[in-house]
Amino acid sequence: MPKRTDIKSILVIGSGPIVIGQACEFDYSGTQACRVLREEGFRVVLLNSNPATIMTDPEFADATYLEPITPEYLEKVISIERPEALLATLGGQTALNAAVALYENGTLEKYGVELIGASIEAIQAGEDRERFKEIIDSLEVPGAHPETARSQICHTMEEVLQAADELNYPVVVRPSFTMGGLGSGLAYHEEELRQIAGTGLSASPVHEVLIEESVLGWKEYELEVMRDGKDNVVIVCSIENFDPMGVHTGDSITVAPAMTLTDVEYQQLRDIAIACIRAVGVETGGCNIQFAVNPENGRIIVIEMNPRVSRSSALASKATGFPIAKIAAKVAVGYTLDEIPNDITKETPASFEPTLDYVVVKAPRFAFEKFPTADSTLTTHMKSVGEAMAIGRNFTEALGKALRSLEDSKSPFNFAHPVDRTGSELLISMARPHEGRLHDIMDALRLGVGIDEIHEATKIDPWFLDQLALIWEIAEQVKEGPHDEHALRLAKRHGFSDSQIAQLWGTSETDIRETRWQFNVRPVYKTVDTCAAEFAAKTPYHYSSYDQETEVAPREKPAVLILGSGPNRIGQGIEFDYSCVHAALTLREAGYETVMVNCNPETVSTDYDTSDRLYFEPLTLEDVLEVVHAEQQAGPVAGVIVQLGGQTPLKLAQALKDAGVPIVGTQPEAINLAEERGAFGKVLEEAGLQAPEYGMAASAEEALQIAHEITYPVLVRPSYVLGGRGMEIVYDDESLTSYIERATKITPDQPVLVDRFLDEAIEIDVDALYDGEELYLGGVMEHIEEAGIHSGDSACALPPISLGSEVVELIRHSMERIAAGVGVRGLINVQFALHQDELYVLEANPRASRTVPFVSKATNTQLAKAAARISMGESIASLREAGILRKQGDGTLILSSAPMAVKEAVMPFNRFRTRDGDWVDSLLGPEMKSTGEVMGLAPNFGVGYAKAQQGAYGHMPTSGTVFVSIANRDKRFSMFPIKVLSDLGLHILATAGTAQVLKRHGVQVETIRKSYQGRGPNGEPTIVDALLEGKVDLVVNTPHGHSEGGQPRRDGWQIRSAAILADVPCVTNIQGMAACVEGIDALIHEQADVRALQDWNAAVEAELEGMR
Amino acid sequence: MARQPALLVLEDGTAFQGESFGAQGETFGEAVFATGMTGYQETLTDPSYRRQVVVQTAPHIGNTGWNDEDDESRQIWVAGYVVRDPSRVRSNWRSNRSLESELVKQGIVGICEIDTRALTRHLREQGAMRVGISTETLNAHELQQKVLEQPQMSGANLVCEVSVSEEQVLPAKGEKRFTVAALDMGVKSMSPELMSERGMEVHVLPAEIPFEKLQELNPDGVFFSNGPGDPATADAEVELLQRILDAQIPFFGICFGNQLFGRALGYSTYKLKYGHRGINQPVMDLTTGKVEITSQNHGFAVDAKVGEPKETKWGEASVSHVCLNDDVVEGLELRGDGKLKGFSVQYHPEASAGPHDSAYLFDRFAQMMEENAQTH
Repeated sequence: MPKRTDIKSILVIGSGPIVIGQACEFDYSGTQACRVLREEGFRVVLLNSNPATIMTDPEFADATYLEPITPEYLEKVISIERPEALLATLGGQTALNAAVALYENGTLEKYGVELIGASIEAIQAGEDRERFKEIIDSLEVPGAHPETARSQICHTMEEVLQAADELNYPVVVRPSFTMGGLGSGLAYHEEELRQIAGTGLSASPVHEVLIEESVLGWKEYELEVMRDGKDNVVIVCSIENFDPMGVHTGDSITVAPAMTLTDVEYQQLRDIAIACIRAVGVETGGCNIQFAVNPENGRIIVIEMNPRVSRSSALASKATGFPIAKIAAKVAVGYTLDEIPNDITKETPASFEPTLDYVVVKAPRFAFEKFPTADSTLTTHMKSVGEAMAIGRNFTEALGKALRSLEDSKSPFNFAHPVDRTGSELLISMARPHEGRLHDIMDALRLGVGIDEIHEATKIDPWFLDQLALIWEIAEQVKEGPHDEHALRLAKRHGFSDSQIAQLWGTSETDIRETRWQFNVRPVYKTVDTCAAEFAAKTPYHYSSYDQETEVAPREKPAVLILGSGPNRIGQGIEFDYSCVHAALTLREAGYETVMVNCNPETVSTDYDTSDRLYFEPLTLEDVLEVVHAEQQAGPVAGVIVQLGGQTPLKLAQALKDAGVPIVGTQPEAINLAEERGAFGKVLEEAGLQAPEYGMAASAEEALQIAHEITYPVLVRPSYVLGGRGMEIVYDDESLTSYIERATKITPDQPVLVDRFLDEAIEIDVDALYDGEELYLGGVMEHIEEAGIHSGDSACALPPISLGSEVVELIRHSMERIAAGVGVRGLINVQFALHQDELYVLEANPRASRTVPFVSKATNTQLAKAAARISMGESIASLREAGILRKQGDGTLILSSAPMAVKEAVMPFNRFRTRDGDWVDSLLGPEMKSTGEVMGLAPNFGVGYAKAQQGAYGHMPTSGTVFVSIANRDKRFSMFPIKVLSDLGLHILATAGTAQVLKRHGVQVETIRKSYQGRGPNGEPTIVDALLEGKVDLVVNTPHGHSEGGQPRRDGWQIRSAAILADVPCVTNIQGMAACVEGIDALIHEQADVRALQDWNAAVEAELEGMR
Repeated sequence: MARQPALLVLEDGTAFQGESFGAQGETFGEAVFATGMTGYQETLTDPSYRRQVVVQTAPHIGNTGWNDEDDESRQIWVAGYVVRDPSRVRSNWRSNRSLESELVKQGIVGICEIDTRALTRHLREQGAMRVGISTETLNAHELQQKVLEQPQMSGANLVCEVSVSEEQVLPAKGEKRFTVAALDMGVKSMSPELMSERGMEVHVLPAEIPFEKLQELNPDGVFFSNGPGDPATADAEVELLQRILDAQIPFFGICFGNQLFGRALGYSTYKLKYGHRGINQPVMDLTTGKVEITSQNHGFAVDAKVGEPKETKWGEASVSHVCLNDDVVEGLELRGDGKLKGFSVQYHPEASAGPHDSAYLFDRFAQMMEENAQTH
């Protein structure tokens, strides 16, 4: 069937901000979809609130709406654009839920919009557990017996408890219609069940949970299935989870292809998967089906099916070279699989099943260090914030590469450290799935604990355990045997890094590398070709392996290597991938051969067609050096770009240069100037700029002394940080001492930085380009929250909402001096604080920042592209000429047609609980905690801020009840905004102290009990009760100082936790409240209209044209 | 298992150093690569691999051990086995022993720890060729000389080497509906099994059976199995098939059976450069336009043109299935008066190993026999 001609325009819904369970894999899938649909001649209308994505770049759709993903905004877009079709299967659960909402409220019918990809029936059948169960249980598959776990659907706690009695503990709790397993868990006894099911019932939008028999410890598999409109079905990939059932697949180490299935069993899964996609009725597109297989007898249980592209689809696409999202988009518009060519072979069609001659291992990246109070046990509720994928010619090689791809020094096996626990301690520890479990197992193997015992404790398949045992045996052999070429080859064949071999041989990584090179022990690069070499691959998608034959083709054009940003983590995510992708696109245009190196399977950068060549490799010095070497063998290498992928490549810059690798753009010495405090201090001094006073303390006493000199409050942190890790603001000696005891190992080698903290300062974030002569201010962003809250967690506005032009000019001059002083060639990001009209430099990052995509979209200027071109030697003047930068002026031009752009951060607090089952606190601080962001575009700040809030939280109340609880120091400045809220018709609720003050200001207020007071004599609820009962629509709670141990006081914490639980927006600082009030006022008094980014841009360009 | 150094040499002199896997010694055959990620037990016991040295592209082999249930015939047939990373343990609830112990027991010489992808790419570019594996000599030149002394696959008649010597009967499961004469030219056990499940009493017959003896069974249909070797040498079987068609007995053929059907209908066969050996091959059924993912193992193919039916004395012959990767003929059918008289496919609808997408062909066989019975 050829392409449908009855459709002209298609609305695509993205997945919104990055959250745990829904990350940049949907940028990858959405970008592919938009690209394909446009190539096919459709008008593509996109709605997505996430500015950091490639898909929301104006060139990927005909009309891009950076608006909240809510039914109201979607209807506005539909009424303007009148698309004939809606494609919602590529934007994760968010898009699917939005489509269901549009169907249910009649919007789709009203405007005659056809849902393509998966039908409403299919979406509901995949999501509604009871219907899914009926479908599976009625499948007829010859030779197989598909079934679902025995279970009962429950709507009340009584039903839940009764079900558990019938099914026997442990039981699994699964709420309906939540994503990433949110609110699900395993309960071993009634107390646990009450807690988990209680959460689950409230997490489910339909207050429904499933209580089901436990398949804990069973083998876990996933199949990725693709179907076209002619009912052709193929399995794209099989995935086996290293961690058996009980750990969310997003938190598991996973392996492709499946390793421990015979053909008979694999074909059973395949038959069931195909029967399932047909019965559920996914007419076209991809879906993911999860299975549990009983290792004792092969009993198969179908766990779930996602009738859409998922995180696993992204992994499967990268693991096989079969672009699931792209193909899903094509079959959605009518093509059949046999009509679509396989991009990699060019000659064969997409109607086939990829076959692998390598092993793929994905490993999760966690962020528990950001949430020290959170329980680190891995459950069916996803907690990882990112992942790395590695490809090797065998499991040991792929695992070794995956672990070092995580860029966590604790991650790769360390064979040098002594095992400090006994075998039985380790067996107990490993029985609880947690981040360090793999290391427990390795340590146990090192102590001689048998595979049987480890299997008993963990239920991990003996085949995988034997592979770990093999790694240990190799380690021993390499250590004890002669330190020769053979040993190096053996170690390399099983994934050991130079640094691991160095540990074994008691020498340095550099020594090992030199020896290895002398023996010419180097990796070869194989190709991901979908067909195990049966056909010639036309796409250079490579991975390294210590094997015989390399497949890197010679080339003539000069190559530029772009180092990506590795696995997502808090503080370094999709924004950096965005910049890398832009560099690849623009440098290809500029005539270079672009070579991407990255290991994150979720990203656009690791799509094989983003760059001319893709190396799916860890971003360590060793692995990058080898790629550089391979490419230098293949042809001229113009240089390596390190400034776009965040801290990851930046950290490698100096060592790469030392090894003779040409770094283009800002040089490592300049990077060091900006990063090293002393050196940077000199730059500032010479430039006549001021920074908050600071000192470096090598002991606790020194820290106190410095604090006294520069006066409290002070900001303390370890000397090397990323994303504000380990930072805290302390107000007195006691909390400083407590911080040092708690959070640092203070030594002269690892000093602690003590900075003066500028209380109540305005924080300003600036992105700029510098070519050695000219500075181009990309954008000046004013933070909503005061300095002290990490810039990644703070909302901000562009253009700045309160800064005068004289401040902007001051910033420009400061930027010029810093950029010149440091020696920037490309992007630089500087954070300033404006404190009592004095400008302070907080920090400078000579690289692309998190805000580059936001600024680029807000100003219609592609900063990352410009940075890449400057790195290659072009000047800002020539880029102005080429139309990449504005012909005159820069991002600070005041234009009447430009939007007010507001960014808001999105927090993962609802993912983490403490070991006692409480939620972790949602307070913001200098430590970055957000996972993603949204953007609101509007003619003024109020509407823009409201949109950003709606994008982040899904809603913003314009009526209903606001609860306020204000710290004493904030009371003075909060009375007026609260009065405004009251005047706007909102009902104000406050605890006694705040209520009393409010009354004095004439605000109508209802007093409510504090949680420690408990319910009143007549059952009067506390604030926590009211929140949980859904009686509150907005919480404003500023923290009342800190109690012992640096922990915020328990009262406020309980309120904020209840707000998370009840999914109520919670503002924790006074500036946020003021912005909120402005937003609510705007929503009440103004129209929150939608406008495509392209329309904003056209207006801005017209105005710029008129200025000439 | 203690590994010895081992050597693999192709007839063009390309050599790979590795380590022994399975039995030690020396072996020769035609080097072919198989791309399935599952089903090594079925592959090894597939008689079509007679005299072939199979290079497994999937790196980890042996993970699920060996069981008593999944053999496709009475023994391992491959002449040699080439893998990268043999498993040290077996992990599967049905496993009875390890792959390697089975290879040793059956005297199959293998080699491991070699760059199977490099070898596969070489075979793809240069075509299937003769190969030797040895633990006895590590001298590549010496082994190459021995390789060059081996017979070529083209012109090899191997059917008799794998066929049963005596008739074997597999009763119909449930109610018996048909009697099928199944010529064993290297049949995989799943084929009779799937026929039996559809009410066919399957008489597995030696390949050399005379037509008269076959006729004595009064079969409702005749089945020609897969098998090794060059179809151009199987003149006797082609003649037998022509007599079957003369007798208007419905015919169903698989793989080698498809090639013989082609020859019986007047087409020729030819050797593919490196054959189709995998379980992921897309085939389009030209009558429905639907795509099946098929299991394939063939080095020869029928030379026929898609969309150009051919008149034969039994009716109109045409290409019914085609491989979407390279347009190789994957199925033939014969219709007389619009009715299906016989059909065959080049791939393996019995799968094992491989997807079950094409199992419907066994239903089609049953339906053809039923319709034929009604008209006679």
